[in-house]
Amino acid sequence: MSERVQAPFGRRSAPITRREEHGAYVVLRCADPGGPAPQAGQFYMLSAASRWGGGAGERPFLPRAFSVLRAIPSAAGRLELHFLIEDVGPGTNRLCELHPGDDLLIVGPLGRGFEPPREHRRPLLVGGGVGIAPLAIWQEQLPDATRPLLGFRDAARLPGAKLLDDPRLATDDGSAGHQGLVTDLLADELDAGEHAEVYACGPPPMLEAVRRTCSARQVPAQLALESGMACGFGACFGCVVPTTDGYIRLCVDGPVIDAAQLETAAVAGAGH
Amino acid sequence: MTTFFCGIELQHPIINASGTFDAIAARRVFGDTLIERFPFAAFVSKTVTLAPRQGNPPPRLWETPAGMINSIGLPNKGLERYLAHDLPELARLPVPLFVNVMGFTRHEVAELVMAFDERDEVAALELNVSCPNVETGMLMGADPGEVTGLLEAVRPLTAKPLIVKLTPNASDVAAVARAAELAGASALSLVNTIKGMALDPRTGRPWLGGTTGGISGPSVRAVALAQLQAVADAVAIPLIGMGGVQSGQHAMDLMAAGAHLVAVGTESFRDPAAGARIATELRDLAANTPIPHG
Repeated sequence: MSERVQAPFGRRSAPITRREEHGAYVVLRCADPGGPAPQAGQFYMLSAASRWGGGAGERPFLPRAFSVLRAIPSAAGRLELHFLIEDVGPGTNRLCELHPGDDLLIVGPLGRGFEPPREHRRPLLVGGGVGIAPLAIWQEQLPDATRPLLGFRDAARLPGAKLLDDPRLATDDGSAGHQGLVTDLLADELDAGEHAEVYACGPPPMLEAVRRTCSARQVPAQLALESGMACGFGACFGCVVPTTDGYIRLCVDGPVIDAAQLETAAVAGAGH
Repeated sequence: MTTFFCGIELQHPIINASGTFDAIAARRVFGDTLIERFPFAAFVSKTVTLAPRQGNPPPRLWETPAGMINSIGLPNKGLERYLAHDLPELARLPVPLFVNVMGFTRHEVAELVMAFDERDEVAALELNVSCPNVETGMLMGADPGEVTGLLEAVRPLTAKPLIVKLTPNASDVAAVARAAELAGASALSLVNTIKGMALDPRTGRPWLGGTTGGISGPSVRAVALAQLQAVADAVAIPLIGMGGVQSGQHAMDLMAAGAHLVAVGTESFRDPAAGARIATELRDLAANTPIPHG
């Protein structure tokens, strides 16, 4: 198992360098000059430096966990981190308001990222919605990956597909690619004989469908899960998921979990 | 800002609240910097019980206005594995170790106290009394008689400082505090979380796997101030104050209300190094204003 990249101790400022809109999604780029390069699948706890618990607004209060979308080292040894955000609640709403000149507060990189594929297996990336984020950085590190399979709800979210290279698409509303579930594409691919190791991130029902699809075909899968999380570094014990070894903390023992460890990927409280 | 608490020398008055910082997990995440810049003047462990506990089913967290509700359920390895695996690691921290224990009967608490009494790595014991006594059905920390009975059972078993962590979910916290002092508690800590509940907006049913949970964060700070003041008026033993502390000024406020030490809890979730920042802010404030109990 690869050694995790450790985080600098404490919360630090990361000035926002750029904000991009991709349909319903926002990509925030920030400078993290002193930070280490994260592993694909690791995450950061993000909050805004202003108007985040302690200001006039009552919420958000706790930081929010985001997988890193990309980490770009520059010539000067500086690091730029990219995060993919969809406005679904008070925390993401506040983050989506931020612009260059504003500061993020970050803790990370945290957790355990993706492991390389087992011998002779070809990586196959499967993502849904905002969950495509960790697959983008992972795809860059996998020269022999097959075309990623991405699912989106509707045309407003489809622009997110541009964040990965050469994806095959499924949409709920039929606005592009296969009309239906991304796991339909996954089943077809695996049934066509692809000797794959699956890497997936997305909403809990999608991850559970990926887990079942892979399990039925004895294909190994690494799933990047999500759970309500207060701290991100093992302190609060809030983000547990049930596994074959009992409850584990997603923040320190995940967020990437081998599907064989799970009885279900549809974890209570996730996707909230 | 060296301070003495029950005869234990501490570099400053800021410690962590039990169950809000896992130094072993944090070492894995942050590496040796955690040890070099350890944010607390003493480390208070998560609650240890006699038998291992898995904890409550998820979801375990809910964000509230200016705070959160947790329903974690005291997951821990149990005494035996704690002694074998966690205690040696925690003993390497650069600060004194306070171990928090909880039992469901007085006999269970007594077993825990005896086990830790033998360990030199442990500077003090904190009794979590925010649980029912399964033999009497009473919440141990909500009733003065229960607290008296508990301390009569365990006080003779150790010479180490015994801190009783009071629950705010009692009708007369000062009466419980007086009972604890009379029965030999060395110190008191307060407030624990305040009972609360959240509903799933989609179903209208309780969100938390454990139905109810404990509220913490800035929203409980005013409650903590009032309870500290009431308890400080009722007892002479030292107090550890906690509840929504986010700054040196908040720590100073709890000290003005009677706290000797101040514990940081939920704020560490937002910033793992919050304890160190708060200690620095407190030191800077104290340079201008004398600390009431420092």
